[in-house]
Amino acid sequence: MTATKFAPHLEKHLDLEVLTELKDYIVAGLGDAIYEAELAHRELTLNCKKSGILTVLKFLRDDKKCQFRILLDVCGVDYPEREARFDVVYHMLSVQLNQRVRVKVKCADGDAVLSAVHVFPSAGWYEREAYDMFGVKFEGHPDLRRLLTDYDFDGHPLRKDFPVEGNVEVYYDEKEKRVAYKPVDMPQEYRHFDLQSSWKGMTGNAYLGEEAAVDRNTFDADEFNDETEEESRA
Amino acid sequence: MSELRNTPPKNLPKGKHTQEVSVGDGFTFNFGPQHPAAHGVLRLVMELDGEVITRSDPHIGLLHRGTEKLIENRTYIQALPYFDRLDYVSMMAQEHVWCLAVEKLLRVEVPKRAQYIRVLFLELTRLLNHLLWLGCHGLDVGAMTVFLYAFRDRETLMDFYEEVSGARMHANYFRPGGVSKDMPEGLADKIQKFVDGMWAKIDEYEGLLSENRIWKQRLVDVGTVSAEEAQAWGFTGPMLRGSGVPFDLRKAQPYEIYDELDFDIPVGKNGDSYDRYLIRMEEMRQSLRLIEQCLKRMPEGPIKAQNFKVSPPTRGDMKNSMEAMIHHFKYYTEGLHVPAGEVYVAVEAPKGEMGVYLISDGSSKPYRCKIRAPGFAHLQGFDFMAKGHMLADAVTIIGTQDVVFGEIDR
Repeated sequence: MTATKFAPHLEKHLDLEVLTELKDYIVAGLGDAIYEAELAHRELTLNCKKSGILTVLKFLRDDKKCQFRILLDVCGVDYPEREARFDVVYHMLSVQLNQRVRVKVKCADGDAVLSAVHVFPSAGWYEREAYDMFGVKFEGHPDLRRLLTDYDFDGHPLRKDFPVEGNVEVYYDEKEKRVAYKPVDMPQEYRHFDLQSSWKGMTGNAYLGEEAAVDRNTFDADEFNDETEEESRA
Repeated sequence: MSELRNTPPKNLPKGKHTQEVSVGDGFTFNFGPQHPAAHGVLRLVMELDGEVITRSDPHIGLLHRGTEKLIENRTYIQALPYFDRLDYVSMMAQEHVWCLAVEKLLRVEVPKRAQYIRVLFLELTRLLNHLLWLGCHGLDVGAMTVFLYAFRDRETLMDFYEEVSGARMHANYFRPGGVSKDMPEGLADKIQKFVDGMWAKIDEYEGLLSENRIWKQRLVDVGTVSAEEAQAWGFTGPMLRGSGVPFDLRKAQPYEIYDELDFDIPVGKNGDSYDRYLIRMEEMRQSLRLIEQCLKRMPEGPIKAQNFKVSPPTRGDMKNSMEAMIHHFKYYTEGLHVPAGEVYVAVEAPKGEMGVYLISDGSSKPYRCKIRAPGFAHLQGFDFMAKGHMLADAVTIIGTQDVVFGEIDR
């Protein structure tokens, strides 16, 4: 077994040349709306300006050479240390081209992203979920209610500063004969393990002999980073 | 039709049985969250005009457990069992997509035998899922017998799960880099025997339903979806193929060894519930073909990646080698370190495209894991699919979408 540049059992269909071509075409077609396009792990990511998101989605859907007609997913990602705290990530699929593309928009806390409901009806619930989980607002969404959490839920659970154990818990109030809320009471504190040890791990499985050690330990981070950079430059 | 509806019922005794409703103006109706046809905890708030649905608003989230938040706080290996509990009728298909996402970031090669075992169990899982769907859909619409038959076969399939992993449902069997254990001796023969008998059984179930007058009256032209609608609403799997779009990830973007195996993809024409029923029945037969091929061709060899940064060493190695001992300890406490990066990996789960968008920051815990569940998009389309149908058809549409709330609510 030798070091593989990619996981062969799940990337057979991904042709780097076709992807690069597609990337160049999209970058040329969209111009200003996107400020960065990268290819990493044989996946195409378009970083898009917040104001241009609808232009980008419409282009990807309608252009003859793209035809990304299925919006698979819209989700948020939280980076609390960043100024524009949230990423809103769109995943699209083209059945006609058999390709995928990812579109990313940055959004600050309290800001709103333009809603894609009128481009893709499926965006409705995805955006409601992103709003529920992260508090990202979507401008022009006809029905931006919470989706997954309880009816009067307070807070946005997938933000990094929201505690895993939550803030409130429910119980049945015998006096009032109904389900009620109270602050979470943990008899034992939630254990946050620090898994980052200073121990860097072995670089080779010495007990298997030198040759086997080289073969069996194929994780040299630099080796892989090189290729990723190459891909993104390509 | 409308005249009939607007005529108030005559000669009914006054009292408990009669209810004043504003006939013709429409009223709001609550369905669930506890309803035998809701396939779990679905609350539907529907506006009806007589018995015709004019608008419906599914309220979901009653089974929300915060899976994504929990995964962010677990190591990559600890996150795996949560996937069994998403779509709890196609367990291994969900484990699989997590393993693939981690493997893609690690860029690890999976041994051939492990790939065969995976595909074998993925297809058994497809049978498991479709049998439950068939039984419950039948029961919702009024066919009792097929429910009992389907659950009998599911029992056998869950025995296979148990033999290989020790658990009947939440198997926790696949691992990044392979599978956790090799198949026990004799299991292949048992599966072969099951498959031999299953061909005739699927024919029998189809014989009970396909030409059944009631079944056809309840399914044909109910919940029709055009190819454009299916794509616009993000439908995948049988919901997309039922509308005549020939797209199956096992063929289009093959993973594991699907490109080496011989199987067909059934595609519908009319996009109604009946077409989707036929597709799922045919998919079961294709699964049987795939299982037979896997059993015939399965090579000997290791069942997990032979890299002890990715998979744990064997018990024997641990007894003889300090290094193996350390690797074992680090693997189960600190966990795998996955290189930083982000990937989206999708597989053709029995219900449609199951995807994981995984962001790693290089530590042993995922930074963000978004689970793309097929049922979420399908249930969102319930409003447009049910519009204009009778109330009784709502049950057919929920059935044909094959919704399971473990994956929708996450």
